[in-house]
Amino acid sequence: MTGFSPGFQGRPRPQSDRLPPGQYLVEDFPVLSAGPTPRVDLARWQFTITNETGRQYAWSWPQLMSLPQERPHVDIHCVTRWSKLDTRWQGVSLDSLLENVETQAEYALISSYGGYTTNLPLEDLMDGRAWIVHTYDGQDLHPEHGGPARLLVPHLYFWKSAKWVKGIRLLDQDELGFWEAAGYHAYGDPWREQRYQDD
Amino acid sequence: MRWQPAELVATRTESASARTLVLRVPGWPGHRPGQHLDVRLTAPDGYHAERSYSLAAPADGDHIEITVQRVRDGEVSGYLVDVFPVGAFLEVRGPVGGWFVWTPETGGAAVLIAGGSGIVPLAAMLRARRKAVTANPFRLLYSVRTPEDLLYADELAELRRAALTPAADPIGEVCYRGDPESDENIDLFLAYTRTAPPGDPRPPGRLTRTEIARLALPPSPAVACYVCGPTAFVEFAADALVSAGHAPAMIRTERFGPTGG
Ligand SMILES: Cc1cc2nc3c(=O)[nH]c(=O)nc-3n(C[C@H](O)[C@H](O)[C@H](O)COP(=O)(O)OP(=O)(O)OC[C@H]3O[C@@H](n4cnc5c(N)ncnc54)[C@H](O)[C@@H]3O)c2cc1C
Repeated sequence: MTGFSPGFQGRPRPQSDRLPPGQYLVEDFPVLSAGPTPRVDLARWQFTITNETGRQYAWSWPQLMSLPQERPHVDIHCVTRWSKLDTRWQGVSLDSLLENVETQAEYALISSYGGYTTNLPLEDLMDGRAWIVHTYDGQDLHPEHGGPARLLVPHLYFWKSAKWVKGIRLLDQDELGFWEAAGYHAYGDPWREQRYQDD
Repeated sequence: MRWQPAELVATRTESASARTLVLRVPGWPGHRPGQHLDVRLTAPDGYHAERSYSLAAPADGDHIEITVQRVRDGEVSGYLVDVFPVGAFLEVRGPVGGWFVWTPETGGAAVLIAGGSGIVPLAAMLRARRKAVTANPFRLLYSVRTPEDLLYADELAELRRAALTPAADPIGEVCYRGDPESDENIDLFLAYTRTAPPGDPRPPGRLTRTEIARLALPPSPAVACYVCGPTAFVEFAADALVSAGHAPAMIRTERFGPTGG
């Protein structure tokens, strides 16, 4: 469209086919969350998956660390429009965690220490597309960025990658999480620019 | 949410680096204090740049206000502060955000902590609070570099004049205390980080944990805290509130670092 914002040029555009529409590249790692940073004690840390019948599967910190470790190397995209390429993480694939979980459910509601929640279809947590990560760039994940462990689902906007992750409830019906209930998109695909509810 | 044309109808210079834009958005649905909108600029080649800006005041029909602080080498803020002319259009969509909000109907007592341009959404809450007849106590702690950087200086000066006393706190801070018996029960504390005005007994420096603990309302399930500013400032202030005994669930934060994160 022409006629809007006369005289605006913008800075030279970095060309990258890895940048979704409306995003720009950053080198640092900005922080975005809705409240203060919770501090989680590793001795009491637990991660649980609860299926649609209420059955619980739980992992302590040492149990999580004893599972096969993967090193995802991915681009991340925040709904506030920054993208960061080539981030390096270490953690456990959700495929390993879901392996022995009995379920027919289609939806997942993630919850965090501190009370945050976010929802996504269960299939988006599978097939090597999601991890519980505890290491960023070779270092323990800093609490500001979700340590001791966060979810990593890089193909969706980054608010889905819940920090301080605590558990997953598997559900037959979709249930909206924190930002989703506040007007953000239920799915959040950065390539389709699904920022808000009706996008 | 769709993009709507918005016309710049007036501007106010708030400081050497910040300006308030009064935009006319036909059909604006109204908003709650604390919410923001997205602004979209278009270059001649069709390139778009989008950024979020907090709504600085309660809506006045189809007129809304944002206050933009110029960020060094910023792509959008420099244009909005220095170039975008009255009578021209840009695009907006909103309002956005349902968490970082305070309304006279649903909000109670509040602690507002602002770092730099983080004052903008908090000013919207303060303005709504002053317009409504309510005696909910408010505490505003505003950290700003120098007196020249103060946004909404006239309005804050008015609050200071309305205050009972520039009460020198036992630890030597000047805190403008509102009248606890009236609906001007708003305390104001300014922390200058680089240069303080002449006569300010507080030496310039960052807001401290002790100041936050002393000057915020005492922790209570009836007291909500709103913290807004650059990421590092928000981390620090929210953490200080938690240490002072505020329940994390009562602390709402909005981080707008230079990268928008
Ligand atoms: C919810 C929300 C509400 C907000 N409310 C307000 C508000 O009320 N008022 C306000 O002033 N701001 C607000 N902000 C911040 C605002 O959205 C912008 O981030 C800010 O105006 C800076 O944008 P910019 O385009 O000028 O800077 P950017 O171009 O984004 O640059 C920011 C900094 O990063 C550097 N940089 C980034 N990319 C590049 C690059 N490719 N090349 C070189 N340098 C680069 C620049 O040096 C610059 O210093 C808010 C943010 C959020 C998320």
